[in-house]
Amino acid sequence: MNGLDMEVDVLVIGGGTAGPMAAVKAKEKNPALRVMLLEKANVKRSGAISMGMDGLNNAVIPGHATPEQYVKEITVANDGIVNQKTVLAYAQQSFSMIEELDRWGVKFEKDETGDYAVKKVHHMGTYVLPMPEGHHMKKVLYRQLKKWRVDITNRYMATRLLLDRNGAIAGAMVLDSRTGEFSVIRSKAVILCTGAAGRLGLPASGYLFGTYENPTNAGDGYSMAYHAGAELSGIECFQINPLIKDYNGPSCAYVTGPFGGYTANAKGERFIECDYWSGQMMLEFYRELEGGNGPVFLKMNHLAEETISTIEHILHTNERPSRGRFHEGRGSNYRDAMVEMHISEIGLCSGHSASGVWVNERAETTVPGLYAAGDLACVPHNYMLGAFVYGRLAGESAAEYCAVRALAAVESDQVERERARVLGPLAHRDGLPPSQVEYKLRRMVNDYLQPPKVTRKMEIGLQRFAEVAEDLTRMSATNPHELMRAMEVHAILDCAEMAARASLYRTESRWGLYHYRADHPEKNDKDWFVHVQVKKGDGGDMSCFKRPIDPYVVPLDEEEKAAYDHLRITKQAAVA
Amino acid sequence: MPLTMNRVSVPVTVDAEKCIAGKGCTVCVESCPLDLLAIDKEKGTAYMRFDECWYCLPCEKDCPTGAIHVDIPYLLR
Ligand SMILES: Cc1cc2nc3c(=O)[nH]c(=O)nc-3n(C[C@H](O)[C@H](O)[C@H](O)COP(=O)(O)OP(=O)(O)OC[C@H]3O[C@@H](n4cnc5c(N)ncnc54)[C@H](O)[C@@H]3O)c2cc1C
Ligand code: SF4
Ligand code: SF4
Repeated sequence: MNGLDMEVDVLVIGGGTAGPMAAVKAKEKNPALRVMLLEKANVKRSGAISMGMDGLNNAVIPGHATPEQYVKEITVANDGIVNQKTVLAYAQQSFSMIEELDRWGVKFEKDETGDYAVKKVHHMGTYVLPMPEGHHMKKVLYRQLKKWRVDITNRYMATRLLLDRNGAIAGAMVLDSRTGEFSVIRSKAVILCTGAAGRLGLPASGYLFGTYENPTNAGDGYSMAYHAGAELSGIECFQINPLIKDYNGPSCAYVTGPFGGYTANAKGERFIECDYWSGQMMLEFYRELEGGNGPVFLKMNHLAEETISTIEHILHTNERPSRGRFHEGRGSNYRDAMVEMHISEIGLCSGHSASGVWVNERAETTVPGLYAAGDLACVPHNYMLGAFVYGRLAGESAAEYCAVRALAAVESDQVERERARVLGPLAHRDGLPPSQVEYKLRRMVNDYLQPPKVTRKMEIGLQRFAEVAEDLTRMSATNPHELMRAMEVHAILDCAEMAARASLYRTESRWGLYHYRADHPEKNDKDWFVHVQVKKGDGGDMSCFKRPIDPYVVPLDEEEKAAYDHLRITKQAAVA
Repeated sequence: MPLTMNRVSVPVTVDAEKCIAGKGCTVCVESCPLDLLAIDKEKGTAYMRFDECWYCLPCEKDCPTGAIHVDIPYLLR
């Protein structure tokens, strides 16, 4: 066996946002547990928050909002398809998490009285809490990891989960991305925190790594959960974001909106009532972009100099600090003219929309011993604070599970099969370069899956994906880094197939642009007020099925339900 | 299978005068979330080995001598 072969109690995979929290909370619950945090990059600078964050997009703070109001907002923003219990669990723990982060040293914006300075961006309630000094997020988390003596293992990529004879978690198989060594980590529980499937669609620029999401997040966790037999949900509810044209930073309505900036058409007119990111908003955005009043712009040139420099300071130093360089290179300036916007490539991400591994309000997946948190866990619109809250829930649940569970025996045939798959590309030196296979695959994703979705196109897409599947075994890697990229292509292909099958299965339109089917343009609550689940069938084929929606714990009246149906500004309102 | 190498312009520039990789520094190599940087042992400087950049800037921010500069990749400029 190899260098890293190890035994731990809890293995947390992915050390971005949810992962460090999960590891710390498992330790807090039981300091005697051996907790390993395994990260593809380096936990000091990994994940969506590698440079920091501009703010909390979904803070539920007493005096500004109640958990019940938040559950209503997300229920309508996600077109009714939510397991409300999971959203409520988040909302109820949102404030205690903010207080804990505050104690740990995260700086949130406060007003003169010391109260949190929450801003209104959503359609109904007030949930956005700015973090103008948000660039120290990772340092704060790292201090906690050290304090709780979490075992940090950097530059390792998990490739598949290991199951025992009964289908429960027995550990994971991992690749050392610096040496190309393959090894096995046995564990009682695994917490998946590997973030979004961000390298699914190809950005319009053609640059493979110019994605909205941090491109280390290739969808590995979606693929690992799928192959372990877990249910995934809402995969057809794609993530598509409004971005600066050619630059992958958010536009960003959440930052500029509270200062008076807004999304406008070529005439400089507002056309949407609310800039909060939802599929319904994105559909109006898409229509304007493609219509005669397009393209779409971010308008700030009407604001005072002082306001613009404040916005610039936030947008150019925190989350995506290379944005200033982009504008400089183009000679564009928020003061002089509106900034051209565009829509992002498609991705899977429950942090922003709803695609993820199915979890309950304890962060348990449908596989015993497997927990999930953050962007890859299906809790709609969960964002960064949701990643922290579900990280905490997952850490605590996994620690409890460990108390009643022993390490399972390793099934050596699983290990040998995986070793052969992972090390395969090193065996043939002159095969297909992974980057070329990835480019082709993701170009097909754009051609066949990008909304508006069309049945026949998605069927052709599936044929193309099946051809690419044959190319996977013909890939070669000339070094360990390229081997990691080759394994990512496997995961991207799984995500592409899931995205196509789930989209074909739901024969209606829902979530605005996210699941707009040109040949089934209407919403059909009679047949499709259900979750669509994707799971590996017994024969190894991908299967889709309906899961009923649990009765709402926070009921909504008809008027509330329709709140996100009318986001386009009517002519009269626009004049007023 | 016949293969060829394509030339590409990469977004990361390292100032050889300022870089102290020769004295053992590997800060940027450890920072990069995508693991794109490496040390050229002969020259004693860091360089961009793979053109897979998210232009996120940890490499530049964490470099103790200010030797690294990240440009927006050419395709997006
Ligand atoms: C540009 C941008 C701006 C955003 N702005 C905001 C905002 O202002 N407010 C807000 O609330 N939210 C914002 N979000 C969303 C928020 O950042 C995410 O919802 C949250 O950080 C997700 O946390 P996570 O732990 O799921 O993923 P991440 O933090 O991305 O962590 C995933 C980690 O898993 C690792 N990994 C992946 N695959 C493997 C593998 N196979 N093996 C080992 N490790 C692996 C990755 O390297 C990464 O470190 C933004 C997101 C982006 C991309
Ligand atoms: S900008 Fe980011 S991705 Fe590019 S080399 Fe630096 S750290 Fe790596
Ligand atoms: S961090 Fe700076 S000084 Fe250190 S190796 Fe990298 S470029 Fe050179």
